[in-house]
Amino acid sequence: MPADVKVPDAAADRVTGLDSLELGGSGGTSQLGRRVWRSTWPKLLAIAIALLVWQLVAVSGWKPSWVLPGPGPVFHDLGDLVTTADFWDGVRLTLIRAVSGFALAVLIGTVIGAAVASFAPLRAAIGSLITGLQTMPSIMWFPLAILLFQLGEKAILFVVVIGAAPSVANGLISGIDYVPRTWLRVGQVMGMRGIAKYRYLVLPASLPSFVSGLKQGWAFAWRSLMAGELLVIVPGAVSIGVRMQNARDLSDSGLVISYIIVVLVLGIVIDMLFKAADGALRKRWGLT
Amino acid sequence: MTVVEERDLRTDVVVRLDAVAKRYGTGAGALLALDRVSMTVRKGEFVCLLGASGCGKSTLLSLIAGLDEISGGTLDIGDRRVSMMFQEAALFPWLSVAGNVELPMRLRGVGRSERRRRADELLDTVRLGGFADKRPHELSGGMRQRVALARALAQDADILLMDEPFGALDAMTRDILHDELERIWRERDLTVVFVTHNVREAVRLGDRVILLSSRPGRVIEDYPVAHPRPRRIDSPEVSGQAAEITDRLREEVARHAG
Repeated sequence: MPADVKVPDAAADRVTGLDSLELGGSGGTSQLGRRVWRSTWPKLLAIAIALLVWQLVAVSGWKPSWVLPGPGPVFHDLGDLVTTADFWDGVRLTLIRAVSGFALAVLIGTVIGAAVASFAPLRAAIGSLITGLQTMPSIMWFPLAILLFQLGEKAILFVVVIGAAPSVANGLISGIDYVPRTWLRVGQVMGMRGIAKYRYLVLPASLPSFVSGLKQGWAFAWRSLMAGELLVIVPGAVSIGVRMQNARDLSDSGLVISYIIVVLVLGIVIDMLFKAADGALRKRWGLT
Repeated sequence: MTVVEERDLRTDVVVRLDAVAKRYGTGAGALLALDRVSMTVRKGEFVCLLGASGCGKSTLLSLIAGLDEISGGTLDIGDRRVSMMFQEAALFPWLSVAGNVELPMRLRGVGRSERRRRADELLDTVRLGGFADKRPHELSGGMRQRVALARALAQDADILLMDEPFGALDAMTRDILHDELERIWRERDLTVVFVTHNVREAVRLGDRVILLSSRPGRVIEDYPVAHPRPRRIDSPEVSGQAAEITDRLREEVARHAG
């Protein structure tokens, strides 16, 4: 029966033919160099405009040049600064504080977030408190932190953690809350219960929201840390904040502005890392 | 009870509903979604549940799946296991296509290499052999539904429940997926309960079409469909019987006027 043999083939052709039609020809990827340039030039332009405005204000004579130096002298100071080993010790100290504080905040925020998301009474009790904490300017915690821990690393750590942990917790909570209903039904039909449901469905599903919680948490940690380094001066620990305060005490505007630029650049670099992680995740999930 | 079990064995009944009711809420504001629904599904049968909006056909499927509890009557599927497909493929975006198909086996503790082998075999069955390492978002809607079908088959369940699985697809894709589903149902000797509001689709696929009334959902007719397979949705026999059922459905919808 030749007709019978031919039928499955025709069916297979129809299916694969339709698939290739529906997937279509995806547009060729543009060259890497071009893509990089396209995303870079607006940033370069923005920097150029900022420098130009700064230069114009500096030469306008609004403030004497020892109070507000122009970009030229400041970048000269900055160039001198970044070639000293001492400066990099300060950067290292500040980054270690930031990373360890953030790590502790992630740990605490994750535990609290998971607990609040899974137990209804706990959510009723502290769910809105967490959001409230998020709106607290972290600098408000320092007087209490100093009374509790004196002028030491622990005071800074306390404020960094209390600033960042609520964002991490909230990211996880909203991730768990907004797992699509159909996914939960699929999981239920597959027989996911208890821990398996969390491991194979709820936790992976809440990852994008968790990552944006981490990103926001980092921003709070970094701000809290900078406030802390200006307020809480730990003897012997010459962090970026302490160096900046010293420069102000010496009325060295050029150096103060240099440290501002350093903090800005560090913030941007770390933000880019988070963006890259978030972007990779979104691409993997097809969310873009 | 023994008598009933004997009869079940003889006729291979895998799903039995007897005067099943489903109410949402209590007291005066309670909504009766399903009222005294009685039906059976035999092993290897393809049963379509058909009805207009508000007939509780999806609710009925959720009850059989154990996602929801009945409010009255009896529902018996024995110790049989069910798998289910929805209108959305609902594939998990953090897993590859193969990873999605492997997940039900992972939950049952099947070993890695065995899982991969079976996933490959299931993907071949739905003609997606070359797509194991793709991500769900890289596939078209029809392809995603086929992955969802492979994932449902990976559960090795006794009964496959389908809740308007092709409702969101265009006519051409749906037509081809009907052929595919029919083929896989025959090859694997599946038992399928398929919910739809599309009369032709029901006649195209089902051995039986069970017509439900709306608000509350009741069985109003149980049509046997005897046309030879493979069928075509536009064949005269399918169209003819679909027209007959559509007329009955229209009467039922008109009852709700005013």
